[in-house]
Amino acid sequence: MRRSVELRDHQRELHLFQLRLAAVAALVVVTFVVLFSRLFYLQVIQHDYYQLLAEQNRVNIVPVVPHRGVILDRNGVTLASNYAAYTLEITPSQVDDLDGVIKELSTLVEITPKDLRRFEKLLEEEPDFSSIPIRTRLNDEEVARFAVNRYRIPGVQINARLFRHYPNNEVASHVVGYIGRMSESDFAGLQNRGLAYNYTKSDYIGKVGLEQYYEQVLRGVTGYEHVETDANGHSIRTLRSILPVSGNNLLLAIDARLQQIAEVAFGDYRGSMVAIEPETGGVLALVSRPGFDPNLFVEGIDPEHWSALNDSPDHPLNNRALQGVYPPGSTFKPFMALAGLELGKRSPGYSISDPGYFVLGGSGHVFRDWKAGGHGIVDMHKAIVESCDTYFYGLAQELGIDMIHDFIAQFGLGQRTGIDIAGEVGGLLPSRQWKEQRFNQRWFVGDTISVGIGQGYNLVTPLQLASATAILANGGRIFRPHVVQHIQDSQTNELETIEPYPIGEVPLQPRHLDLVRDAMVDVTRPGGTAAWAGWGAKYSFAGKTGTAQVIGLKGQKYDEDAIDERHRDHALFIAFAPAEAPKIALGILVENGGHGSSTAAPIARKVIDYYLLGIEPKEPGPRRRDEETEGD
Amino acid sequence: MINRFLAFIGRHLDRQLMALVTILLAIGLLVLFSASGGNVDRTSAHAVNIGIAVTIMWIAANIPLHYLASIALPLYLVGLLLLIAVELFGFEVNGAQRWLNLGFTSIQPSELMKIAVPMMLAWYFDRYEAVLRFRNFVTATILVVIPVLLISRQPDLGTALLVAAAGFYVLFLAGLSMRLLLGTALVGVAALPFLWESLHEYQKQRVLTLLDPMQDPLGAGYHTIQSSIAMGSGGVLGKGWLNGTQSQLEFLPERSTDFIFAVYGEEFGLLGNVVLIVLFALLIARGLVISANAPTMFSRLLAGGVTLTFFTYVFVNMGMVGGLLPVVGVPLPLISYGGTALVTLLFGVGLLMSIRTNRRLVQT
Repeated sequence: MRRSVELRDHQRELHLFQLRLAAVAALVVVTFVVLFSRLFYLQVIQHDYYQLLAEQNRVNIVPVVPHRGVILDRNGVTLASNYAAYTLEITPSQVDDLDGVIKELSTLVEITPKDLRRFEKLLEEEPDFSSIPIRTRLNDEEVARFAVNRYRIPGVQINARLFRHYPNNEVASHVVGYIGRMSESDFAGLQNRGLAYNYTKSDYIGKVGLEQYYEQVLRGVTGYEHVETDANGHSIRTLRSILPVSGNNLLLAIDARLQQIAEVAFGDYRGSMVAIEPETGGVLALVSRPGFDPNLFVEGIDPEHWSALNDSPDHPLNNRALQGVYPPGSTFKPFMALAGLELGKRSPGYSISDPGYFVLGGSGHVFRDWKAGGHGIVDMHKAIVESCDTYFYGLAQELGIDMIHDFIAQFGLGQRTGIDIAGEVGGLLPSRQWKEQRFNQRWFVGDTISVGIGQGYNLVTPLQLASATAILANGGRIFRPHVVQHIQDSQTNELETIEPYPIGEVPLQPRHLDLVRDAMVDVTRPGGTAAWAGWGAKYSFAGKTGTAQVIGLKGQKYDEDAIDERHRDHALFIAFAPAEAPKIALGILVENGGHGSSTAAPIARKVIDYYLLGIEPKEPGPRRRDEETEGD
Repeated sequence: MINRFLAFIGRHLDRQLMALVTILLAIGLLVLFSASGGNVDRTSAHAVNIGIAVTIMWIAANIPLHYLASIALPLYLVGLLLLIAVELFGFEVNGAQRWLNLGFTSIQPSELMKIAVPMMLAWYFDRYEAVLRFRNFVTATILVVIPVLLISRQPDLGTALLVAAAGFYVLFLAGLSMRLLLGTALVGVAALPFLWESLHEYQKQRVLTLLDPMQDPLGAGYHTIQSSIAMGSGGVLGKGWLNGTQSQLEFLPERSTDFIFAVYGEEFGLLGNVVLIVLFALLIARGLVISANAPTMFSRLLAGGVTLTFFTYVFVNMGMVGGLLPVVGVPLPLISYGGTALVTLLFGVGLLMSIRTNRRLVQT
């Protein structure tokens, strides 16, 4: 009995076991079908997608930055070039202990706190998988020392990179400008103009000056390498490469030596000078003092240098030649004289008797001449040579503001010249409409009188002054001032010349021109306001001094020594030479330089002496007489 | 003489199992050579592993069934003691305490339990054959749960899972009542939140990552993403042996061990995968047939348990590489590099052979 029960149970158990085994076998089949479906989904349905991902995994597209075009002066002197140097770079994504690695590296090569700060800044900005420089310009010994220890420090590599270099440092810094790392807004700007394809976000881009204005010329075309890369970021081989196209070179009208002489001639003074070749509009020198060292910006300027430049009361980053606006003062007078002659309000022989002041008819308002007691009998020639205010007060009143504005506007004063450096400001040539719009006020005759001697609302840039002088020197032909003379194609070496033709002409009668020109030559001769600066010149030196008031002094006598240096008048000077066939025309402004004759004219003399005769200046520029005190 | 020697060698080797195992091991060597980037040293090291494991398989195949039954309990107890020793004296590798230093070699006792647990349960149920009661199942469950808990404390989720599965298969085949099964399943579901809490952070992460690998593409999701890319980019025909970009360029992690299936799938495509799945299916089918025809309760349950453990290996590994299951450290049987798992698995196959060939020798 017991046995049969056991037997039946035995049978039952076997049956149950086989049932269960069959169930499990079914489960196995189902699971394998599920697995197969999954693999079918991955390998057939999603194949294209994963194929693409696998390609993206293995192929890295690495941009190859093109050689940036170089910048040379008119004699082939290098103003901006590239040099290759070794940089030590870290790829943060491949490094576990960044601080440890940096510590390790600093035992091999010197890493300054400045290097570290720059690295940390870049670390924030750049993606983790990019190679971030921690030290630049390694010397051969440092390269060797790292190479030996390289195996110990994964994620760190040495790369040869091209650096922009400005071999003349401060010289022509405002002309050449500088490049720097691309900012978010730089990149957005490129995107708006449809140029972003040629850049990566970690590229360098021209920020200021020619580097910025001619960015697209200098840049070239970015090349690409398709590099097969393994999971550790090691390059295995290059699958395909598209070579970069080097940027084009800029050949400037600038004469670097002339530029340097002019800069030195300013001494400690702030100010600006622009020299133009009248026959072409080429800018021979464009000075803005103080300058700065553009090399500081290339790899990212450090905060100390930046705040030193940015917070300085001298504003060294401000390009005064284009952005500084000043009343033209008496340098305005030759243009007023031409207006009088051309518009028939004055004849060369017309004379006045100057009592030393001018009384405005009707109001009885008195305008003083700079010379107490007056200049005596004054015709137009003498009015220019001695810079007689009274003569031009009367002329201004007779011309009226509308005529003055329309005539002077032809010389481009108060308007952007269109020079090939960005950031130029317009200045102001006052008019009836302007005053109504600006102040909602009617134009008064009294306003016209001050305008007649270049004061009042008048504001010009040194560049405009130089350009207007070049037009005058050129007999009225107008060239757009341009710093770049030729663009040299990097592939063919062909030269493209920038605007070699005049863009307009101011109609001027030769006899009127001759009169003004002769008078300007006499300015630099004994009896003229710049006689001292013109002493012994071996060419006909045409010039005109000017003084622009910084603060109005009511009823007080202007005493140069008694007032704060920064409140002293600005000195101005315009010149061209040789007068009969001008090769150079210039405009100079010396901030707080006092009289044009004492500070500005000597600079012009040095510049022209060098340019026409090759005479190297003997003494350095003047020193500022006293240093200002803080908080005054 | 030679014929007699061959007959001695082959006496207990099941021909079908032997053929399948040989093909799979050969495929494994081939893929390993590719996965290791053409590393001859590594491949030959694995060949040595194979030699050792096959020898152990042969020995297992020659163990008489009754002798096997008699060592079930001692083996289980030794395994349990070793696990406790690991808990107390084991050393850590990669944050998990799994190894025990015996002086001359290091062993991983949890590996032993993959065989010892089903063997113990089969022996236990065999003893109470025909009079199985509810309390027998409770006892059996406890016999499974103790080693599983010890292993999961190491922590080694993959092995704990496999040991639990092995135990469960035997319970199931022994006739665990369906009501109890459903009840346990319900309790299991109810316990899920608590189980979730008891998981290690990295284990939780693996599960979460499975649901959305892109959530952490460079961290926890990296394995799944890269293996899916390898698999998917392989397409139907594959990129060809030694030509898988994902594996050759080292995007695939652990490509010669747990993720070797991705290397295989990338280089041999869906077609290769089908071949591999069919080979595994045949092997498992053979195991189930041996189980069905086994003479005793003990041998039936042992064969079923061992076969299904093998199946679990295959499914969990392939599911993990294919992105169906979370990433658990389970190798692909007979293909992945590594000696320990290979020895255990081939020992299991040896047991199957022993059960198969001893049927004729020991009549019931």
